[in-house]
Amino acid sequence: MKCFVGIDLGSTTSKAVVLDSDGEILGRGITNSRSNYEMASAIARTEAYVTTRFTLFERDLAERLCDQPEQERGALSSALQRAFRLQQYLMQLESLERTTEDLLDTRRYAPRRAVVRPRLRDIFGRLQDEAAALFAAGAKRRSDFFRDIAGSAYQAAAEDFADPQDAPFGLLLALYDKAILEVENEQLELGFQANIGPALERVIAEAEPAIADACRAAAESAANAELDEVRAVGTGYGRARLPFPRDQIRSEILCHGLGAHAMFPNTRTVLDIGGQDTKAIQVDDAGIVTSFQMNDRCAAGCGRYLGYIADEMNLGLHELGPLAQKAERKVRISSTCTVFAGAELRERLALGERREDILGGLHRAIVLRAMSLLARSGGVDDEFTFTGGVANNAAAVDALRDLVGENYGERQINISPDSIYTGALGAAIFALRDVQREAMKSEESMEAVA
Amino acid sequence: MTNIPPPPMPGTKPILDPKSVVKDRSMEFQKELIGSYYDRLARSPETGEKTVATFVPGNLAELIQCFGLVPILPEINALQSGMRKQSGHYITEAERMGHSEDVCTYVKCDIGMFHEGNVGPTGAVLPTPDHLLLSYTGCFTFMKWFELLREEYGCPSTMLQVPYQARGEITPEMKAYVVKQLKTEVIPALEKLSGVKFDIDLLREKLTLSARAEDDLVAVLEAAKARPSPIDAYFGGVYYIGPIFTAFRGTQEGCDYYRVLREEVEERVRQRRGPTTPEGEMTDERFRLVVEGPPNWTNFREFWKMFYDEGAVVVASTYTKVGGLYDRGFRHDPSDPLGSLAEYCLGCYTNLSLPKRVELISDYVEEYGADGFLINSVKSCASFSAGQLLILREVEKRTGRAGGFIESDLVDPRYFSGANIKNRIESYLQMVEQKRAAGATA
Amino acid sequence: MTRTTAELMAFAEDLYYDLDFKSVKRWKVKTGGHAIGFMPVYAPREIVHAAGAMPVGIVGAGDWLEVIRGDAYYQSYLCHIPRSTIDMAESGRLDFLEGMLFPSTCDVIRNLSGMWQIVKPDMYTRYVDVPQNFTDGVGGQFWAHELRTLAQELGERTGTEVTDERLRASIALFNENRRAVCDLYSLRRDEPARAPTSEVYLMVRAGLVMDVEDHTALIREYITAARNITPPELDNARVIVVGAFCEQPPIGLIKSIERSGCFVVDDDLILISRWFTDNAAETGDPIEALALAFVHDSVPTAVMYSAKAGRGKAVVERVRVARAEGVIFAAPSFCTPALLDQPMLVAELDREGIPYTAFKFAENAGQFQPIREQTGTFADTMKLWSVA
Repeated sequence: MKCFVGIDLGSTTSKAVVLDSDGEILGRGITNSRSNYEMASAIARTEAYVTTRFTLFERDLAERLCDQPEQERGALSSALQRAFRLQQYLMQLESLERTTEDLLDTRRYAPRRAVVRPRLRDIFGRLQDEAAALFAAGAKRRSDFFRDIAGSAYQAAAEDFADPQDAPFGLLLALYDKAILEVENEQLELGFQANIGPALERVIAEAEPAIADACRAAAESAANAELDEVRAVGTGYGRARLPFPRDQIRSEILCHGLGAHAMFPNTRTVLDIGGQDTKAIQVDDAGIVTSFQMNDRCAAGCGRYLGYIADEMNLGLHELGPLAQKAERKVRISSTCTVFAGAELRERLALGERREDILGGLHRAIVLRAMSLLARSGGVDDEFTFTGGVANNAAAVDALRDLVGENYGERQINISPDSIYTGALGAAIFALRDVQREAMKSEESMEAVA
Repeated sequence: MTNIPPPPMPGTKPILDPKSVVKDRSMEFQKELIGSYYDRLARSPETGEKTVATFVPGNLAELIQCFGLVPILPEINALQSGMRKQSGHYITEAERMGHSEDVCTYVKCDIGMFHEGNVGPTGAVLPTPDHLLLSYTGCFTFMKWFELLREEYGCPSTMLQVPYQARGEITPEMKAYVVKQLKTEVIPALEKLSGVKFDIDLLREKLTLSARAEDDLVAVLEAAKARPSPIDAYFGGVYYIGPIFTAFRGTQEGCDYYRVLREEVEERVRQRRGPTTPEGEMTDERFRLVVEGPPNWTNFREFWKMFYDEGAVVVASTYTKVGGLYDRGFRHDPSDPLGSLAEYCLGCYTNLSLPKRVELISDYVEEYGADGFLINSVKSCASFSAGQLLILREVEKRTGRAGGFIESDLVDPRYFSGANIKNRIESYLQMVEQKRAAGATA
Repeated sequence: MTRTTAELMAFAEDLYYDLDFKSVKRWKVKTGGHAIGFMPVYAPREIVHAAGAMPVGIVGAGDWLEVIRGDAYYQSYLCHIPRSTIDMAESGRLDFLEGMLFPSTCDVIRNLSGMWQIVKPDMYTRYVDVPQNFTDGVGGQFWAHELRTLAQELGERTGTEVTDERLRASIALFNENRRAVCDLYSLRRDEPARAPTSEVYLMVRAGLVMDVEDHTALIREYITAARNITPPELDNARVIVVGAFCEQPPIGLIKSIERSGCFVVDDDLILISRWFTDNAAETGDPIEALALAFVHDSVPTAVMYSAKAGRGKAVVERVRVARAEGVIFAAPSFCTPALLDQPMLVAELDREGIPYTAFKFAENAGQFQPIREQTGTFADTMKLWSVA
């Protein structure tokens, strides 16, 4: 099967999307970005191929178990995927444990080694015991990234097993922080083939034999399917660091425009508020960018600003939006400068303003900055697609809806739950189109020869 | 779709020919000229030649020469400091002395340089001016700059106010006002400074030489209409305008330089050769652009590379018109010496109204067959920057060609974000490419 | 019918916060007159008035307009007043104006005059190129020609020819207005507790959107009312505030300075209300009179060239006349004329041993706490000094 891949190396996350020759999305992958861009892109791509093979597994299973209700098959597939994630998690956990042990063997830990080692074993023992629950049906995870899941579990365990005298919490945490960097940059076999076996066994252990057989066969066929990557196109903040030829690198502006068009074909204006920058893009009816504007050199009004605010208020990033939605009268905030954010916030709080009202004002201020960029790029046309991390923040969306309404009138506002993949999707479409165009060209030249 | 053959990738032709990194004769010549000017300036305390500080836009080079005076050009000193990576230090020094971070970095660089020993680009100490000749075309900062310098140097100053072409035209009253100031303020001041009596015939001779060099400069700039363009009219252009914008308008050496340059460029057109870049001749012209706004000087090479690496050549620029819009017909005229000096001052690019700038850029896009235009918006220079976002929209509207927008500064290294600018330029060029491809299939 | 200062303040505050310019619109309906806007710093209001129009000061939109469209026109490193001004133009708030004058103040306002021609193609737009040469026969003559052209064009627009007679009458009215404003400034200088700057400012600013005679009466009424109050006893430091001649600080900022323990006894706010240091001649050729008043009697400000060294001497003189103890530099962020001027003024204050402090503001600034602390500390230091 021919595959076309788009990779978006963002400042906080790296994403990959796999398409088939019809432009159908087969798989998506995401990981947290890290200093090693190549590794981040490799992991995102592996993840995208994992989900691709799950897509193939589901298609195959549907044929094999066509007499079973769809719901049943869906339950099987999601159980398998959870088991698969658990398997990946355990493998990474093992690597993490090994790495911490190795670190402990270095000279600087010599004085405490003997006391710390059993504590570490306790911690990792607990982590392994808890792992299955993390991936059980209906379990809620703060994040899908190993560093976050393992990190919070480790921290909780370390608090319990720490000993202020010999194995202080700080030391245990420092070990984790060092180890995770190594583990994240280590080549681990996280692919479908390597992990599906044990996962499958876990899921079908209690299944009826016929169903177990079908699953096994479908998994085998998915694992063995030949995925021929015809072309990959890279984009995003770190695209220049991708080991791709120049013509396989596209600007994230173009990819976002095309990706948004693919998700919502009537899109004419795209707003992307990411961690580091804000982009206002206008596209035509084919998804081709006709103009764009990016924020100034500073990150004022970007997602990162919300990060600072969350830190300043001692809140989680995801808690900001819901709190801001409780604002009764939004405080007028003039500065969206990340540097002044803290000071302005403290002044407002000191003046006795409600936290909710300040947050309401802050969200509006961020969106105001974006509105200026939109105006610069040519306004807000129907339909309007909002992407990027801030699109997940309900208070920001509310403010945007209000301001777009006030300034441009009624507009269809699109927000996709998969909006984080917009850039990678655009890149994958470029990969597909490039190949199609080249094929057309070579056909033309053949005709010319004939 | 079976077995797709290894594609003949579009644009795999090399953009540059690194074997061709050779210095053209004109480049050596230009270097010699500028070097000789700085030498003369540095030696003026020994030779007893008097100096007069003045600005590039609306400079009175021929008149200054009539009195045997040597011009000091603070903007040129500042940009040279920028290219030599000295400006950051000078700017910090000026800010430490109480100059605001919000104001023009040319000013701060100049003041910082003075306080750090006033060492010029050739390494020699530059003299302090004997007189400040403030002919400020199209920039209010110039006025404050000279007031500040006057406090530093304690020398006399003369102001030449050049009215603004607010409605896109030079009225007889504007011209008369400038001529009158030349007669009543500028010439008497320069006579007093030099002890030389003003000789209008000498001025006529110099203006004749100016006009000759101006003809050749225009031929050079307009050669960029050829495909491929033989020159880069922005990054290369700033070298070409060097002599005529500074001390060599109205001189024989200036004339000689522009003759040599013109011959070279015309030869390149005949041979269908692309422009020279620091990494060799451009052999594949992929994008033809018009650029508005001054360049960044601290990262000039890095900035240029972002263009030539993508096969983008600048075919026309507005910055190369700050010292005169010769390509729109103006010539210094020996038959109307003071009048043509006045018209020259009034006609510089930064003295044009915003609608006129829109018109000029749009015309350039059409005349030079550009794929699009790019605005480098410079923090220091409100004269250029205020309104550029409207220019962007208007030129896009008029030409239907894509506009790009980047931000940097003249000589403040803190305000050059390479990654950010590169990202914007790449995105912009890819957008142009995509539009072009869509246009071709449509 | 005499009003109290509080009542007069309520009246002036209404005008201050009214971004729909209802007072001007009412005046137009009542008189059938025209309205011509002008930006800071100087515009020949007498000529506008003589052409049957109200000169309307457009000084930004303060901190009570959320600027969106305006930001689309300007990069982050430019000041705020052109943003709010063009925002008001784009949103139709300035459609009641028949024309707009842009004085040569700086490159930003200069370029705005060209942007206006594109954004408001049907509105009469003129760049008012004031002279920087102060010789009668040179700069004076050029300026007289500029004024004549303006008078003629405005007359054609409004249908009211600017005759010498009309213009002389207008000059007299604005002379009278200027005297009233200067009297108010004198009152504040002599008894600052009676006429705090947060009030004086709004009183003077009201003149930007009022008929000149009504405004003169308002100022006189306020002076009378202020003389009748029992002023609070305050031990404040006397300061002059320098640099806010174009973009205006929000009223909250002015109040913050006062509340932190300062009497503002001179300032650059709404400078046009007292631009001439002497009356323009009310006899003879009125255009000449205005032209000569400009080249001879303009207040020293950063936007005007000074032909001689020692720019800071004027500020020292202002300190002396106002019997101020120190100077507060309050320049709008990115205001090139004010910020380039400042080091020259500072140098002179240093030489004279006059204390000063400096901050920047934007018309839409929302944070006053740091400024209040800064000026409060400054005031305390000066009081300590004067005790020592």
